[in-house]
Formats: sequence, structure tokens, C-alpha cells
Amino acid sequence: MKPTLPFALVTNCEAISWGDVPEWPLLEFLDRVGGELDGGGRLSSLFGVAEGGEMRLLAVLAFDAGNTLAVGRTAPFAETSFPSLTVAHPQAHLFEREIWEQHGLTPEGHPWLKPVRRDHGAGPAVGRFFRVDGGEIHEVAVGPVHAGIIEPGHFRFQCAGEEVLHLEIALGYQHRGIEEALPGGPHRATMSQMETVAGDTTIAHATAYASALEALGGVEAPLRAQWLRAVALELERLANHTGDLGALAGDVAFLPTASTCGKVRGDFLNLTAMLAGNRFGRGLVRPGGCPRDADAERLGRMRPRLEAALAEVQQAAAWLWDAASVRTRFEETGRVQAKQAVEIGLVGPPARACGLVRDVRFDHPAGWYRFAQVPVSVWPDGDVFARARVRWLEIQRSGDFLREQFAAAPEGDTLAPLPPPAPDMLAVALVEGWRGEVCHVALTGSDGRLRRYKITDPSFHNWTGLALALRGQAISDFPLCNKSFNLSYCGFDL
Amino acid sequence: MFVHDTVLNRLKRGCATMAYPDGPAPALPDRHGGALKVEAAKCADGCAACLPVCPTEAITRPAGRPVALDLGRCLFCGDCVTACPTKAITHTGDHRMAVRRREDLVLGTAGGEQLRLARALDEKLRRLFGRSLKLRQVSAGGCNGCEADTNVLGTIGWDLGRFGIQFVASPRHSDGLLITGPVSRNMELALKKTYDAVPEPRIVIAVGACAIAGGPFVGHPQVLNGASAVVPVDLFIPGCPPHPLTILDGLLRLLDRLGDGERKGQAGVAA
Repeated sequence: MKPTLPFALVTNCEAISWGDVPEWPLLEFLDRVGGELDGGGRLSSLFGVAEGGEMRLLAVLAFDAGNTLAVGRTAPFAETSFPSLTVAHPQAHLFEREIWEQHGLTPEGHPWLKPVRRDHGAGPAVGRFFRVDGGEIHEVAVGPVHAGIIEPGHFRFQCAGEEVLHLEIALGYQHRGIEEALPGGPHRATMSQMETVAGDTTIAHATAYASALEALGGVEAPLRAQWLRAVALELERLANHTGDLGALAGDVAFLPTASTCGKVRGDFLNLTAMLAGNRFGRGLVRPGGCPRDADAERLGRMRPRLEAALAEVQQAAAWLWDAASVRTRFEETGRVQAKQAVEIGLVGPPARACGLVRDVRFDHPAGWYRFAQVPVSVWPDGDVFARARVRWLEIQRSGDFLREQFAAAPEGDTLAPLPPPAPDMLAVALVEGWRGEVCHVALTGSDGRLRRYKITDPSFHNWTGLALALRGQAISDFPLCNKSFNLSYCGFDL
Repeated sequence: MFVHDTVLNRLKRGCATMAYPDGPAPALPDRHGGALKVEAAKCADGCAACLPVCPTEAITRPAGRPVALDLGRCLFCGDCVTACPTKAITHTGDHRMAVRRREDLVLGTAGGEQLRLARALDEKLRRLFGRSLKLRQVSAGGCNGCEADTNVLGTIGWDLGRFGIQFVASPRHSDGLLITGPVSRNMELALKKTYDAVPEPRIVIAVGACAIAGGPFVGHPQVLNGASAVVPVDLFIPGCPPHPLTILDGLLRLLDRLGDGERKGQAGVAA
């Protein structure tokens, strides 16, 4: 699939001149974006850009099967509303709510227009919720402070007995103002903020940011740095997927796998720490490359530890798949249909667990993934079992990838001088983080400083998937469904 | 068959819990560096090379005064260590970083080159919490880094439960809060309510640069620059995130469970 209309085509981690992005009047833009979504395009990002007293909208569309990204924008407009795309294209719903919240533009006809992150004085989740009425109906409110050591968010269930008819998720508690701080940047703290957009996804967000700045500067990081970033990204995936398998096992009281995976997750984090000093890889990625190389001796020390961790997780996963008690709890629980997944624009493991071939490393390869491929792991059923299974497949693929990469490190420097960002440019950087597509869009002003920076964490696409997965489920299955998605609160809240 | 396999594996593996604190502490990653040490006396006249490289402006040098590094704001990126031409700022490799007073994290003055490690709770609280400390964790804008490295203490390698320390589901069942994140304005009310729900006497532990001083988000209007803005803090554990060993050290130090008196009686430590 390719776009049929004259959008600007870009490859991942490429910058183009702002003037080369085609612009249309507001209504025509919406028409064209809608048409492309009808034709199989996917909304990677949609956001507003304030220009003087006027506004523009900018869309980044992904044509995964065609390995193409398309960018288009509106001409500046003064209208304060626009016809909502959400009515026909549900995947636009949060983007439109965000545009409404950030710029005061009303998407007319939006079926559920309410804040995304903003606190109206009494907490983000205080306000209107969808309600089901009836004598047997009861409402369950959970959060923001949850029972475990996890981030805050609010969940509102409409239940008939045990059965969940509807779940509404209200976030915003973690909002730290990352995007608001970026115009005029990069600032001194920007890199550290990028590493903590979602702290368990440090490498993916840091790589997307560094790649965007490198594209704006007209350079690429040295090959060895791209290689190091890929190694760290797969270690990040291994740590988190292993942790998720353990957490899923724990939620169905299957303790052998839960306790082994809990430990092995730490072993993967410690491998990242051998590269960066920090267990989450902070400090490893910087615009221009990677400040710290890993020499053959260090890689040699990492290799046996990697093998040991992979062997342990293999053993723990084998127990999990072998246990009928686990399979009964995982199968048919929290199902998302493939059709729904396409409609709401799911990304990452939850999308691949609906059989969708959707992986930035494969569809829009950038950096080292242009030279070394990772097969896309899919499973067709869309339930908890499928999401667990995709994680397990990806653990194996990432392990194989690292084995190959440890034997084939490119030579050379890891850091190169980075020219300042060129003025009036647009750069798009996608990275397949462990949760899915991380999308950064950077826009520079005439002074070469950032004037708009848009971050779309995979969780922004996927929280709606969790809400859909709960429909018709017993409320007691919520923890299991939630773990099978394991989405980021702070990555969503920014 | 997994039943046979898991039992056999369990027998072969033996005890996976580390010997610490009875045995030696596990080593920090070699590139971690541990706590910093600032010997302002070594600073060259007029040198300010470390100031612009710090992402959180944790280092200051007011005219005519020695350089001061606030380890509470520090993200441990090590850029200042690299930038310093006279080796006035160095890594110590020490994982122990928890302090009781905010000002004990500021390094640089004569006698204050290193941080002043936390003293244990007073006798009364130690009798209450020393062998059983139940904590409620509140993430208030945390990035899931500090949360993850706190959570890891519950795994078999660390086994926090052996010290009687446990994270509980309700503030009503807890003896105190462990707070992460810069305290986003959107979490202010929830944090306050959670604190109010903890029965007295209660303690508060701030984990990570964010909860101590706002971390990378210090100064953003959307955050309150740390837990102290909302609740009184009894223990500060710096890092971004702190290594699990640093967090465990802080908890055990507070409960006087370490018996490592080495730097306990340092000058400048209040009761």
C-alpha cells in the first residue's frame, strides 16, 4: 500500500524541508487523511502546530506494507473547530481529544470529547464517565493509587455482576509537561527528559530523539553507534518481555515462572548496565552516537551472561506453556478482534497478537535494522495467550539477533560531531520499542531551535485496546488483561 | 511435565537469595561509579567547567565560594566527572547514598566532601518498625524506573520480605509511604490523601532524583519538584534510578539493620 495522493513521502529518521510538506485547506486535508486511512494507512501521529495566531494540523501516516511514511499538513487556518475524523476512523479519537485540549480546536461530532491529561482542578479523572444504567448495574472505580508498585491511573468499570460491560480509562496523573518544555530547545535537560518519557523504554525514546536530531543536523550516527543502540534496544525488549511473562504467570498463581522471570529480568537489566552503567541504559544514547563504546573484552564478558539468562527464561517459559492451568486462564481471555485492532490503530505486541504484521523494525527499518533483520512475531488469536505468546516469540528472536550481533560488530567510532539542527525542517523518527511504535516528530523554526516536538508513545494507541479487551470479561480478569498489555502511564501522560 | 521439572530445578538451584547484608554486597556495575565525592579545595580558581554540563543544574558555584554539588538533583550521568580538569569531582564506587536530611546531600564544603549517611530511626520508631515495616508505594509522576528498581527488591535474588519489609496494597495497612516521581500537580491531591490515610506514627521515603528534587523535570510548572512539597520526608535515596542495592541499603540503614557503623558517627549528623 502506498498513499494515493500527493503527501510528502519520507523514510524513517529522515528530515525534509517544512516548505516541502504539501499543504491543503483544513477540510481538504481532513478528507485526504480520511481517504488514506480508508485505503489502509495508519495514523502514526496527528497534532496541531500553532503559527502566530493561526493553527495548522499535521498528520504522519504509516503505510506499513508499503514501507512508506507520508506527511501532510493544513494551510494555516483561523477556524476553531473541524469535522471529526473519529466518527469514521476511531484511531483518530485520542489525537483529536489531544488537539482539543492543547489548542482549543473542537473536533465537531467527536463521540466522546473529554480531556486527555488535563486536571480541571480536582484531579484528571474527576468528570464525566460513560455510564450504563439498570437495576443490576454497578460501577467500580479503581485508582489513581493502585495496589502494587505501579504508576497511577483511574479505571472505571460498568459491570453487570462480575461481567464488565464497559471500561473507561482516565489518565493524566503523570503529566510532567515534557512536550510543553521543548519549544526553543533542545535544552540542557532535554536528553534526560527523553530518557524518562517512559523510564522502562529509555533506549527506544532516546534513540528516536537522537535520530530526529541527527536527521535535522543532516548526519547519521556512526555505524558502530547504530549497532550499539540496536543491541541495547533488544536488551530492553528482553528485560521487559521477560518481566511481563513473569508477571502474567504471577497473576495466574504460577509461581515457578513468576519467580524465575522476575530474577532473569534483572539479569537482562544488568547486561544493559554493563554497557551504560545504568540498568535502564541512561547515558548510552546521545545525539551524534553513543558516548561509550563496548570493547571486545566487555562484549566477551556479556556473552556468557546473556546465554545464561536466555537459557533460564527458556526453561521458565517451557513450564508456563506446559501447564494446562495456565493455558486455560490465558486462552479466550481479553480478546481483541483483528478488525478492532486495525480500527483503533493498535501497535506493538498487542497488534501482532491479533495477527497484524506491524513492526517498525521490519516495516520502516532505520539505523542498524537496515542491515540486520528481526523476523516479525505474530499470533492470530488476540487474547491474553496470544499476547504472552508473541512476547515469548520475540524473546527468542531478540536472543538470536543479539547472538548474531555479538559476532558481527562493526568497527569504528561511536560518536561523531553533530551539526546544529537546520532551520525550518521536519524530522520523523520511529523506533519499535518493546511496547510498540515510538514516534517522535521534530519541527525546527527559522532560528534552528525546536518549535514543536510531538511524542507518541505506543501506549497512546494501545490503552483503548485494553478497554476493548475487557468487554464481556469477568472483572477479576482485569489484572491479567492489564498485564498482557502492560502499557505506560507516563509515556501516555508525557 | 512441569511439576517434576520445576521441583527438580528448584532443588538444583538452591537458594537464589544473595548473602548481603550478612555477606558482602553485590558489586555495582563497573560503569556505574556509585556516589560522587566533591573536593572543592581542588577546584581551580575561577573554573566552572562542570556547571554547564549538568542536565539538572545540580552544581553551583556562587562567586567567591567553592563549588557545591547537590546529589539530590544529580542524575549520575557522570558528565561533571569527565568535565572536571582537576579531579575535584570523582566517583567513589560506593552504593550507600541514603540520607535523613536534605542538606546532607549537598557536597563540596570542607568536611562535606561526601554525603552524610542516614542515621537510624529513633529508639521508639525502631521498636515499632525495626522488624516489620509495611510501606505503601506512591508513584507521582515517576517514569517507572524507580518503581521497577523498587519492585525488584521483591524478587528472589533480593527477597525484601526476609527483613520484614513489605509493600502493602492499602495505606491503612502501612507504616509509611515510599514516593517516586517529581510529584506531578495532577497527583498532588492523591498523594496527600494517601499520606493522610496512613496511621501515625508514619514515615516517608523519597526514592530517586525526581522525588527528592524534581529530577529531569525540575522547574516545570506541571510538577512540584519532589515529595517534600507535599509531605515531610524522613529518608532521601538519590539516583536516577537508585540501584536496588542503594534502595535496600537506605531501608536497612533506617531500621538499623546493617551494623556497618563505619561512617555512622560522622560529624555533622543530627539525631
